Amino acid sequence: MSRTLKQKLFEPPSIRQMAPGTKIIVYSILLLWTLFVLFPIYWVFITSFKTAVDVNAGPVFLPFIDFQPSLHAWKELFVFDYKDTLKAYSNSLIIALSSTIASVLIGSMAAYALARFEYKPKFGVILMFVIMMIIVFFAVGRYGVDWRLSCAVGVAIFVFLARALGHHFTKHLSNGDILFWMISQRILAPIVVVVPIYLMFQQVRLLDTHLAIILTYTVVNLPIVIWLMYDFFRSIPYDLEESAQLDGATRLGVFWDIVLPLSRTGLAATTLLVMILAWNEYLLALFLSTSKAQTMPILVAAMNAGERGILWWSMSVVIIVMIIPVIVLAIVLQRYISKGLLLGAVKG
Amino acid sequence: MTVTDNTERPGSPRAVPSKGARERFADWLDLHAAHVFIWPAVIMILVFSIFPLVASAIMAMSRIRLRAGSYQVRFVWFQNFEKQMFGSEQFHFLGTFAGMSALGWVVAIVVTALIVWWIQRYVRTSFTVLGFTGRLFTWSLVLGIGWLAAATFFSGHHFGTLGTTLFYVIIGCSIQFLIGLGLAFLCSMPIRGRTFFRVVFFIPLMITPIGVGYAFRMMADTTKGPFSPAWQWAGLGDFSWASSAWTARSFIMIGDSWQWIPFIFVVMLAALESVPRDYVEAAQVDGASSWEIFKDITWSQVVPVAATVLLIRVIEGFKIVDLPNIMTAGGPGIATESMTLHSLFAWRSLDLGQSAAVAYLLLFITVVTCVSFFNLVVLKRIRA
Repeated sequence: MSRTLKQKLFEPPSIRQMAPGTKIIVYSILLLWTLFVLFPIYWVFITSFKTAVDVNAGPVFLPFIDFQPSLHAWKELFVFDYKDTLKAYSNSLIIALSSTIASVLIGSMAAYALARFEYKPKFGVILMFVIMMIIVFFAVGRYGVDWRLSCAVGVAIFVFLARALGHHFTKHLSNGDILFWMISQRILAPIVVVVPIYLMFQQVRLLDTHLAIILTYTVVNLPIVIWLMYDFFRSIPYDLEESAQLDGATRLGVFWDIVLPLSRTGLAATTLLVMILAWNEYLLALFLSTSKAQTMPILVAAMNAGERGILWWSMSVVIIVMIIPVIVLAIVLQRYISKGLLLGAVKG
Repeated sequence: MTVTDNTERPGSPRAVPSKGARERFADWLDLHAAHVFIWPAVIMILVFSIFPLVASAIMAMSRIRLRAGSYQVRFVWFQNFEKQMFGSEQFHFLGTFAGMSALGWVVAIVVTALIVWWIQRYVRTSFTVLGFTGRLFTWSLVLGIGWLAAATFFSGHHFGTLGTTLFYVIIGCSIQFLIGLGLAFLCSMPIRGRTFFRVVFFIPLMITPIGVGYAFRMMADTTKGPFSPAWQWAGLGDFSWASSAWTARSFIMIGDSWQWIPFIFVVMLAALESVPRDYVEAAQVDGASSWEIFKDITWSQVVPVAATVLLIRVIEGFKIVDLPNIMTAGGPGIATESMTLHSLFAWRSLDLGQSAAVAYLLLFITVVTCVSFFNLVVLKRIRA
């Protein structure tokens, strides 16, 4: 049985193997893409060791052969200007870590609640809340009523009306609606909400503080956490929790001691994703920080400074030191994520 | 909020008598667990999304003048939107209209015909009032965008930030999805070094978008960048990609793709790997080609994940701002300006009302697109 060249090249000898021709094509595409992914990173890496002359004279590729690597940019950032750099770095670390922990915790709790309890928020009460909020806004914006006063009065009236009239409404929403509402918050482009958030923090004098950015990032990432964790919690069998409850464990105890450890794959993947988003966020930080709470992305963006043009070398250094914490976290979480990052979550 | 604990079992030892204040608090917490679990998230979303959303709506309908130390707000209803859609900012948001070309008319008629066909098909097959109302939004958006494209792009005129954003979203996300899926498919084959490829392909997602913007600006530089010898050799040494609208847009899209393909790759790889091997091997034994196997077996298994990941990507795609801001600052002219950047520039020039109006238009388009996509594509695929 003689095989033609085409058959030899492209028909697999057995079902678990690939034909040599297919193999060559597959590997060359994958290697090409590896090159496409790694080359910009390599270029940023070597640029961080270049002097201004090396950058501006035209491209030089190989350290020690094409050009003499110098540590001047690293020195500038970590010896001379170390205060600014380290401040931004610690700001970023504090903000990203705190907001990640907060949103993973709060989001998991909400996701767990939606997976295990049944909620029936009354439609009429929600409508009342929205109307009350619009009235409060008009009172503040149009007629200049003090915002603390009008918020307090608005909330008081709403609570009173909800208590008094709440049971008259029959139409109610379900868990699915709450879930959809929470997840759909991710559709909000940050630019829509950032100016009011800015004004809000200005009113309570929290602009340019860690707390303001942490709170904002926590909320921005909540929908993702709820989305991903909801499906993880749904996939956990309920028997364990049930028996723990029969043994007298509280709901919070069950959540903390049984549910969270069981879903650590999902938690790890979610944490990594949320951490990456919080660590790299730019637009909100641009509005909410001016100097004290400046984060790393703002520092990178600021490298395009004045008459000297873009400081390519310093900027490259910052980009490289910015990747390190993410890689560390990815390695730490790797053993939980090994299989199926995000998978259980996006099955829908 | 009425709560039914559907997991409650009769005879659960909940009502154990307790003494200390701490225990009583713990009991109280346990009794109200349903509220304790969900309220933190609800309150945070109310304060940081719903409240700003309403405030932003009011701002979008006001004219705000900043004075030294204070500001003056005047309510102007829809004047800000009018200015963007029909007034002096029309060229910025929608584009310049200067007569339709023949091609423009053809496109406009084709789009209209498609919409009419879609409407009559829907009305004939499965008509509900709610579904019809929801689809009205989808239809008007598609119709509006189709006519806009016909009047600007297909008639050879400039389009504004709306067109640019849609270019990034539609063309960018399609390319990213196809490449990400292709790479995931290749990596799901029996190859060596799968872990290596998986780790390497994931890296771009970790880099801050600002950094990606700068890195691609370096890459694309025709005098100092790594490819400048190639540019010189091709006789394009003094050509600047940033001075031509389409090259600038394409470079931004390439940078964006470089960053986001990993996301699609990782999720799709996980989905492909979870397809049962038996199905695939049975088909192989039956002598199906790899393309047939992919089309008939694998794809139908991963399509719900694919629809969801594409939705997530589209949601994030509408928010693009870092790359155009860093790589071109929206230039040349307004050619690469996304809607978020448009709004940001308006805020910088202290025009708060216009800024909020543009942001709201972005919100409207994003919501209609994403909800339509979710209802018409994702839900259908998940149910199927």
